[in-house]
Amino acid sequence: MVKLTLTGNYCVAHAVKLSRVKVVSAYPITPQTTIVEKISEMVDSGDADIKMIRVESEHSALSAVYGAATAGARAFTATSSHGLLYMHEMVWWAAQARVPLVMAVVTRTIGPPWNIWTDHHDIMGQRDTGWLIAMAETNQEVLDETIKLFKITEDPRVFLPGIIGLDAFILSHTVEPVEVPEQEAVDSFLPERRQPYTIRFGDPLVMGNIPSDLLVNARMRWEVHKALESSAHVIDEVDREWGKITGRYYGGLVECYRCDDADFLFIGVGAWVGDMRLAVDKLRDVGYRFGALKVRYIRPFPGARILELVKGRKGVVVLDRSISAGSAGPIFLDLAAYLQGKRVTVPIKDVVAGLAGFEVNYEDFVKIGEKFAGEVLEVGWVKDYLEFYPSR
Amino acid sequence: MPLTIRDLPREKYVLPGNAACPGCPEAMGLRYVGMALGRKAILVIPAGCTSIIQGLHPGSGLSFPIINVAFASSDAVAEGVAVAKELLGEDGVVVVWAGDGATADIGFATLSGAAERNGNIIHICVDNEAYMNTGIQRSSLTPRGAWTTTTWKGKTEPKKNMPLIMISHGVPYVATASVAYPLDFIEKLRKAASLKGFKYIHLHAPCPTGWRFDPSETVEIARLAIETGMWVLLEAERGVITISAPSRPYIDKRRRKSVVEYLKRQGRFREIPEELVKEVEKEVDEYWTMILKLSSQQIQ
Repeated sequence: MVKLTLTGNYCVAHAVKLSRVKVVSAYPITPQTTIVEKISEMVDSGDADIKMIRVESEHSALSAVYGAATAGARAFTATSSHGLLYMHEMVWWAAQARVPLVMAVVTRTIGPPWNIWTDHHDIMGQRDTGWLIAMAETNQEVLDETIKLFKITEDPRVFLPGIIGLDAFILSHTVEPVEVPEQEAVDSFLPERRQPYTIRFGDPLVMGNIPSDLLVNARMRWEVHKALESSAHVIDEVDREWGKITGRYYGGLVECYRCDDADFLFIGVGAWVGDMRLAVDKLRDVGYRFGALKVRYIRPFPGARILELVKGRKGVVVLDRSISAGSAGPIFLDLAAYLQGKRVTVPIKDVVAGLAGFEVNYEDFVKIGEKFAGEVLEVGWVKDYLEFYPSR
Repeated sequence: MPLTIRDLPREKYVLPGNAACPGCPEAMGLRYVGMALGRKAILVIPAGCTSIIQGLHPGSGLSFPIINVAFASSDAVAEGVAVAKELLGEDGVVVVWAGDGATADIGFATLSGAAERNGNIIHICVDNEAYMNTGIQRSSLTPRGAWTTTTWKGKTEPKKNMPLIMISHGVPYVATASVAYPLDFIEKLRKAASLKGFKYIHLHAPCPTGWRFDPSETVEIARLAIETGMWVLLEAERGVITISAPSRPYIDKRRRKSVVEYLKRQGRFREIPEELVKEVEKEVDEYWTMILKLSSQQIQ
């Protein structure tokens, strides 16, 4: 193990190299670019044994890694924002074809206007496709989860592609001290690539022709859902195994900070959970017992885990960094539906904040927390279940 | 020694029960791909008629390994497959089998990108000159004057010159072919398979359904395209153009049949105006002049 100071993007590059990825294809887009630059540098200096396909678009980037993965090679791509939207067709294709591969998404808002800062509209737009979607809070988590995703996606109980999400600039371009594992440790952790089928010369396997029986097709769709459900267990299992090697177990699908005796919980995904932790400490200093619940995986949605943690609280405030326009924030929608389905009633509010990269820090979370706690204590429920922050 | 029919393998790659229309040139073309490359080929097939022709899951009317892919993705998928197979030490040929839309229109950026990178694949454009699978809509490879369901009075723009565009990419091998000349096509496929890097073969494929002629006449119409000089069989190795044997007689303009003979056999040109026929004739002459300037053969 060595300790290096690395940006989130360089953590991705190191993880890709350590995972012995064979084929990488990507198209530059801010803020993803330094991932593909770093991998290129590793390849050109002879440091990594990877074949790069330097394509002309993101649509082709995911197409090329999909082809390589279908043919039997461990493959990786990375993108952001408009690049992710441009490859969206292939995002569906790769998942529904049940081809394991890994993609890093450096979350960035969507234009117009042109804007390179983080929000989660790009990654949330992929949540119906069948991919596993993880979001990291720290650069260490970026590195760890990228390596783990190769093992999780190539597990026969899963056999789906996976995304590691990291917030633009807050993680992607900010350095942190990171423990980089030895190659031998990763080799012993990560088995040879497994996949449900492989296209081969001389073997007339046909992938994707028109079905004669639509029920077969319908079942394929449902099986993607079931595979995502069963991935929840695999994610936890792999996280524990990685924890034994590195001492870093993240709690599987969710991680909780000072939740045990909390009356109120923040729920969020990504880098700003770090600010929520700080806000929890500050709020406790002034008498509000808050905790912070980090959703580490958007897909599979950890409804059961969250339910156990929110049940019986005085109130839960979800921080969504994107909005399904015309409805509400996606984390809130998933959670509210799950709780309703399980007949669990908790005052729950969705605060949509940090859109378009508008900065939200721990002081903002303190304000949001104080206002929310006051409201719940006053009326016994929330006044409006959906709010935009800042309100003025 | 030139290839003869007796030299061709008997193994079938287009099977009974496939869903091609009667007289389908794509089914013919796929048979020739099987004869040329056999078990060496993996096919990458974007949306198009062959999505249908291959038949229904769990069966298959084609006995190649096939990856069906999204419309604009095929050359990138194929390059990914080729790269992985080389890394894994598995030997064979990765072929994109794409229509005119997936080649010249929606798939063009992907094609151009793979060609510029010299990806080790063969792209076959099976050109039936319109979007036949969705019901005969115009493409950039539909010829001027042709009726389609989106050009009811005939297309006003000329056919995009894909072979020259691909030659301009500086790839190792570009060829044109016709379903009426299978041995020429098979020889070109085999040559392409023997070369490393990006290879492009443009197969002219008259479609009875979309061009409005009797399904028994596919080969005749395809042959007429060559005999009138409307379609020219050629090869370009490292940019040097050679006119292929079936088209060589028609370097001499006097030996070409009248363009009218080709047009009048097809319902899609039924209402083409007289002056546009003259225009098409002129374009054929101009095309030959340009091709011959770029080739090693002499203008006669």
